Amino acid sequence: MNELPVSMVVNGEPRRAIVEPRKTLADYLREDCALTGTHLGCEHGVCGACTVLVDEVAVRSCLMFAVQAEGARITTVEGLAEPGTLSPVQEAFREEHGLQCGFCTPGFVVSVHAFLAANPTPTSTEIREALSGNLCRCTGYQGIIRAVERAAAALADAPRP
Amino acid sequence: MKPAPFEYHAPESVADVVGVLADHGDEAKPLAGGQSLVPMLALRLARFEHLVDLNRVGQLAEVARDDGAVLVGAMTRQASLERDDHARAVPLLGRAAPLIGHFQIRNRGTVGGSIAHADPASELPAVALALDADLLVAAADRTRVIPAGEFFAGNWTTVLEPDELLTAIRFPVWEGRSGFAVEEVARRHGDFALAGAACGVTLRGDGTIERAAIALFGMGSTPLRAPAAEAALLGRRGTPAELAEVGQLAVQDLEPPDDVHASSRYRRAVGAHVVALALSAAVREASA
Repeated sequence: MNELPVSMVVNGEPRRAIVEPRKTLADYLREDCALTGTHLGCEHGVCGACTVLVDEVAVRSCLMFAVQAEGARITTVEGLAEPGTLSPVQEAFREEHGLQCGFCTPGFVVSVHAFLAANPTPTSTEIREALSGNLCRCTGYQGIIRAVERAAAALADAPRP
Repeated sequence: MKPAPFEYHAPESVADVVGVLADHGDEAKPLAGGQSLVPMLALRLARFEHLVDLNRVGQLAEVARDDGAVLVGAMTRQASLERDDHARAVPLLGRAAPLIGHFQIRNRGTVGGSIAHADPASELPAVALALDADLLVAAADRTRVIPAGEFFAGNWTTVLEPDELLTAIRFPVWEGRSGFAVEEVARRHGDFALAGAACGVTLRGDGTIERAAIALFGMGSTPLRAPAAEAALLGRRGTPAELAEVGQLAVQDLEPPDDVHASSRYRRAVGAHVVALALSAAVREASA
């Protein structure tokens, strides 16, 4: 079969595998790395549940092939905070009940991490715009918006690393 | 795994890319940002024996000033249009970019990919058309320059041959008292527009319009210029009444698509409205 070697760093850990080129980065993370926090909703780039950071940039992992991530640093929802702890964004989602069924949550959390890193003091319009690429089929958006506002405030209060 | 199997090529130079395209003809497809192509592969709307990944070709991702124009490499990410210093000289690029998909899409999606994909409702093909951009194309045995006005052939169809690669887009810089705007109406932020317009104007010292460009998107099978409406603006000041009239003129002969999202008639009404809005913002900017 037509397979290629690929190596990348996932959540700080070097990974190597042999994959079919048509395997998406999302499938690679879930099946080969057993990192099932990255969820797959639509698998064609609409829902945002599979959002991960590739070299610190938020992208849809269902729209990249694993072989394209050769040499990249990937951060999934599992890698946003030390094991057993929550990042300020995750903490804010918990506090504000920014989830209902939770299926879309990993994509929202990763997207919000990238968004607040680029724009630490967003307006409410900017928050809504930034969330527009992630779908919550429970329509729990109000709690999610409050969570982003809370996370931004928490990050503003936290000492800069 | 949803896409059908393919052979993956990851060349690092344009010469190697066009070499692979020459070898495999229409069985090969260049893979730019993948934000349109990969969904089509996943849904099996498209299938190719060979994918030629452009993401390792550094020379395709350069943006440079080029004698009265800005040369934008085909693999320039849409997100970088909002902050690139050279791209700022072509304000329509930075105005169009935030309307494309969502930030996660723009991080990966490219200028060349969007133009070569040629979705008639997308923003960047209309910007290229409005500005009379030149599209630089390479194949293994030749290069050519295609004016944007001759590039779009129909829904998702261009005049590119299977062995040709869009390498860069040359966007002219408008000097003088110029203003630019993109306006669109979409059901939700980030959706493809029901109708949109990309416009530019240049004013004379006395405030009358010396030059005008109007490109509509979502209004036909390709992005469309509105030459009669552009001509009608010359010598005017762009009062609200004039712009409303020019908006009507821009759409009066069009037969926009009729589908579940909007009727043809509604799209024509929206088209006239967005042309007037975009022209109004462009005149305001040029007057400032």
